[in-house]
Amino acid sequence: MANFYTDNPDLRLHLSHPLMKKIVELKERNFSDAKEFDYAPIDFNDAMDNYDRVLEIVGDMCANTVAPNAESVDHDGPVCEGGRVTYAEGTQKNLDACRKAGLMGMSMPRRFGGLNFPITPYIMAADIVSRADTGFENLWGLQDCAETIYEFADEDQRARYIPRVCAGETMSMDLTEPDAGSDLQSVMLKATQKEDGTWVLNGVKRFITNGDADIHLVLARSEDGTKDGRGLSMFIYDKRNGGVNVRRIENKMGIKGSPTCELTYKNAKAELVGSRRMGLIKYVMALMNGARLGIAAQSVGVSEIAYREALQYAKERQQFGKAIIEFPAVYEMLSVMKAKLDASRCLLYETARYVDLYKVYEDIEKERKLTPEEKAELKLYRKYADACTPLAKGLTSEYCNQNAYDCIQIHGGSGFMKDYACERVYRDARITSIYEGTTQLQVVAAIRHVTTGTYRALMDLYAQMEVSAELAPIAAELKAMVEVYQKAVDHVLEVNDPAYTDFMARRLVEMAGNIVMSYLLITDASRYNSESMAKSAKVYFNMAQAEVTKHADFINRISVADIAAYQQ
Amino acid sequence: MSLNIIVLAKQVPDTRNVGKDAMKEDGTINRAALPAIFNPEDLNALEQAIRLKEANPGSKITILTMGLPRASEVIREAIFRGADSGIVLTDRTLGGADTLATSYSLAQAVKKFGNYDIILGGRQAIDGDTAQVGPQIAEKLGIPQVTYAEEILDLSNGTVTVKRRLENGVETVKAPLPCVVTVTGTADECRPRNAKRVMRFKRAVSPSEKAKLSEAEQAIVDARPDLQLQEWSAAYVDADPEQIGLPGSPTKVKAIENVVFTAKENLRLEGNDDQALEDLIKELIANHTIG
Repeated sequence: MANFYTDNPDLRLHLSHPLMKKIVELKERNFSDAKEFDYAPIDFNDAMDNYDRVLEIVGDMCANTVAPNAESVDHDGPVCEGGRVTYAEGTQKNLDACRKAGLMGMSMPRRFGGLNFPITPYIMAADIVSRADTGFENLWGLQDCAETIYEFADEDQRARYIPRVCAGETMSMDLTEPDAGSDLQSVMLKATQKEDGTWVLNGVKRFITNGDADIHLVLARSEDGTKDGRGLSMFIYDKRNGGVNVRRIENKMGIKGSPTCELTYKNAKAELVGSRRMGLIKYVMALMNGARLGIAAQSVGVSEIAYREALQYAKERQQFGKAIIEFPAVYEMLSVMKAKLDASRCLLYETARYVDLYKVYEDIEKERKLTPEEKAELKLYRKYADACTPLAKGLTSEYCNQNAYDCIQIHGGSGFMKDYACERVYRDARITSIYEGTTQLQVVAAIRHVTTGTYRALMDLYAQMEVSAELAPIAAELKAMVEVYQKAVDHVLEVNDPAYTDFMARRLVEMAGNIVMSYLLITDASRYNSESMAKSAKVYFNMAQAEVTKHADFINRISVADIAAYQQ
Repeated sequence: MSLNIIVLAKQVPDTRNVGKDAMKEDGTINRAALPAIFNPEDLNALEQAIRLKEANPGSKITILTMGLPRASEVIREAIFRGADSGIVLTDRTLGGADTLATSYSLAQAVKKFGNYDIILGGRQAIDGDTAQVGPQIAEKLGIPQVTYAEEILDLSNGTVTVKRRLENGVETVKAPLPCVVTVTGTADECRPRNAKRVMRFKRAVSPSEKAKLSEAEQAIVDARPDLQLQEWSAAYVDADPEQIGLPGSPTKVKAIENVVFTAKENLRLEGNDDQALEDLIKELIANHTIG
């Protein structure tokens, strides 16, 4: 029987990374839950076996339910009537399967009905779901919002809402407004505290994914007269209370199964989460970081399906008396697609592990004081996670768009027709580099890790890792590439002009990404002894070298004065 | 009302994805080359059972399977999806059984099991395709049977209402409990495994499987009765040795022929007018392809 987990051996390899031992032991607090819950693991191997088995369920459900429904879901889409959204029939079946399989609230603690999975296996599930139906990943992946409730809401709110998410109720994060997209500081939705202390929300939200969800996290202006981010707080809106209606759903280019809603709030009863004024500056930032990792996983899933569809077609399609995969122009495209896919996946799971580590330390810190060593690790992993998240989101989403483009290219004229999955993949891919912060905004978040040296520190860390004899020459050349990168960084720092740094930022971030992903590919390929990853490492490195050289040359040649020619 | 539900399940070779080596030279199934799976229509039956359990809190689903000791795999699979426990009826003397001996053996096991309200099973297994075992069990137990069931519409006041899928439509029938219901592949598919159930019951083992575990693992099983699957022998279910296995099977295979479909000849009719079309139709009627 088809299975999207077991048919992709790289997933098991990534899950077997040595850092998992530390992650699992911390996450399971030395397996103390086993006394209380008969489904809690008793040791590390037991936990890993659990992840493996549950991912097998995900792979089965995705291959045999979600993927077969993808075409009809894309065609039918959801409908909005009387202020409520009805999902496409296929979407309802997918959600039903997810609930019955118990795949909601995967990372939530057991005491709230969750599976207490670390982020890494949860993100792997997202990777698999996205390959099956990219738009469905949005609905399923919004269970991420429970993470924010767990982190910032009080115990009473956690106990009331998280079990509902684990039982399969859906969520949404209501941030964007007509005049507040990338700039969330201008959010205007009004939160008013009544005399009895309760809150009501009034206003409009736009582009809300799954806007008719059961439980919403809402960013609203609680402080009258304020204009910036410091006047915003985070609220929970429970659909059972009423007050929010869907005015319309957007007619989108892709991810059509996922309803994108315009919402009207009319005295909608809501609960404050955490402290006032911390909505944007603390909670949404945390929420966004989680969501960005989710989009990186979604992007990797898109790259996966794009590569698979292209590969299959290239093997089957005969022209000039042979399969087109035998032509250099085609096999080069395929190998580069695979290299981008593998590089994306290495970075995705590296990021997931860093996120896992700092989050688990943060969680432990709620229970007890951390030792100085633990505290130092928390700080370090948080920094790595902060640096890797925008890099992963930015680059994997760009790569999945490139892969979707090349997938159609390999299909030729047939790819332009609605007959093959690739045209849906192409449309679905497009949003990944836009929502949860455009690539340009990921660059804004990432550039400070270029200038402060976080990426350089990671490169130096990876340079010390063991590499197979086969890939040792790449490791040697990478050292030289790091110098080229550092020279470009130093040059931009010397110029010391904010406009110039901004202008060069994307190039610098891409260079960092190219080098980091090259390192990850050679170290992962060596560690897992994977031939296919080693092959991708070679192909990716060749591309990375050309890219880094190109960017370095550009940065070297273009001065502050040259920017004028670009200004509109 | 809580129900005692028995689901008959069979572990079968996956004959749906047959490769070149699926058959041995003598024409019998090469079981080693085919993965052993949960008989598909038994999964449809399991889904109906789980729905009955959901609608009737406190109900219990017991899987009954006859086969090699490894058939406990289908019990675990069923438990992962919602069943509660299971019994493997396994014995060397049961080997080589045809449908008559199989239904006798299973009926004996059901009698041993005792108190049950409804027995569900797939319409047929994909290895034999006979669809005889379910009905024969009902006969041997002296209870009603409903075959070709697509959906259990209602179960209340000692009566089950079933929608049957027939060749030219559907039929809704009622039967008094207890009864046997065999479910067709057109019924809703079985739900997926449940994550928590998989983690909770992954250590469920039969006695012969338990014997192979480490001491520490055995201790876990001993501490939790819900992890203990049962193995019953022919003697345990008071089966008459003459009615089971090969001695109890009147079906004798005389010969097995490997039929390979090949196009022996071809005929080409030229032309693109009505005459050519008419010639083609006549030709197709003449060799009985149509008409």
